Amino acid sequence: MIDLSIDVTMRQDAFTLRVQDAASVEVLGLFGPSGSGKTSLLEAIAGIRTPDAGEIRIGDRILFSSAKRINLPARQRRIGYVPQDALLFPNLDVTGNINYGKHAAGDFESLVQILDLQSLLERRVKMLSGGEKQRVAIARALMTRPSILLLDEPLAGVDRGRRDVILPYILRIRKELHVPLIYVTHDRQELETIADRVLHLDRGSAAASSAV
Amino acid sequence: MSAETWAIARFTVLMASLATMLVLPPAIAVGWVLARKQFPGKTLLETVVSLPLVLPPVATGLLLLWFFGRRSPVGQALDSIGIEVIFTWKAVVLSMMVISFPLVARSVRAGIEQVDRRYEQIAATLGAGSFCILRTITLPLASKGIAAGAVLGFSRALGEFGATIMVAGAIPGRTRTIAVGIYTLVETGREEAAWSLVLVSAVLAFGAIYISNRLVTQGGRA
Repeated sequence: MIDLSIDVTMRQDAFTLRVQDAASVEVLGLFGPSGSGKTSLLEAIAGIRTPDAGEIRIGDRILFSSAKRINLPARQRRIGYVPQDALLFPNLDVTGNINYGKHAAGDFESLVQILDLQSLLERRVKMLSGGEKQRVAIARALMTRPSILLLDEPLAGVDRGRRDVILPYILRIRKELHVPLIYVTHDRQELETIADRVLHLDRGSAAASSAV
Repeated sequence: MSAETWAIARFTVLMASLATMLVLPPAIAVGWVLARKQFPGKTLLETVVSLPLVLPPVATGLLLLWFFGRRSPVGQALDSIGIEVIFTWKAVVLSMMVISFPLVARSVRAGIEQVDRRYEQIAATLGAGSFCILRTITLPLASKGIAAGAVLGFSRALGEFGATIMVAGAIPGRTRTIAVGIYTLVETGREEAAWSLVLVSAVLAFGAIYISNRLVTQGGRA
């Protein structure tokens, strides 16, 4: 469980995104159609994108506050971020990717075991399937012992028939590592499986949150 | 091919290699700044960086001659600690560096611009600082562009003439490079020796450009 407080305004190409939510969450689902600002919001939490105004707080740590002129750099936020296309570093193999953030001393062995990566460790990134890339990217993010893990449509690049291969791993992270998650999707069924609270985003309109 | 030709060819390749090695760190730094940073005066920096490409090399040579000569503060400072640049091999390396710098920096910049910035952003979320990201992600992913720039800079250094003859002269056995050698040999009526240098320089230039093109093509495919 983590206290998450988001109150931000972000100009997008076609509309202005306004999000306001404060809750104690284990898995927060971000739900909305394509282009509704879900990825922008994740990037704002991760420190990749700067909101135009507002505040983002995790527990009592302020990550961003326009009023207090705080904008913690991404590298100091301790937010694990797994983008939709995983973005594994192509110049490193799987082990190199997982160990990239190892200075924070995550437990390599147990992550490899939980995410079932043993057979992939020596592989080059190019040789992985969409689902394997996602699992490696999740392990890479978890190695930094993040306070929260952001997953941007982790099943989007995976065949519909193989989705069951990924979802159990994400549920294991939740169960065994107790890492709070923000989970982006536009699939209602996925949300019902994983989220305990949902934030609905729609183009520009205020987001409403509800318990699942 | 005479011993003299070989000596000139060896000297030129050695000087061009040294110049390329020395020009790479500043060219990478400037290429990275131009590719990744926004700041006031960026256009000015871009212009200054490209200047040696457009300026006649002889004019660049004259500027270097003045800058490192005994009448300038830099020349005097170097002189006071016993470092002589003008009309030595150091002047050869220096003029090669200055002339090839824009080519290398531009190539590095293009290489870095091709690297998806999101890799760098992800590395930052994993706790890496700017220098660490540059060293572990950006430069390895831009390595083909950097290598192509190095080869291009090396081949430009091999053929450098105008600036070299101004700051280093054409002292046989001390500062005479292939390009300067061809000119002075023709001037002194030794055309046959000049032709053998032309042959050497054609082979070297062909090899360098071929490697550069291979790297660029492979970089495009990757």
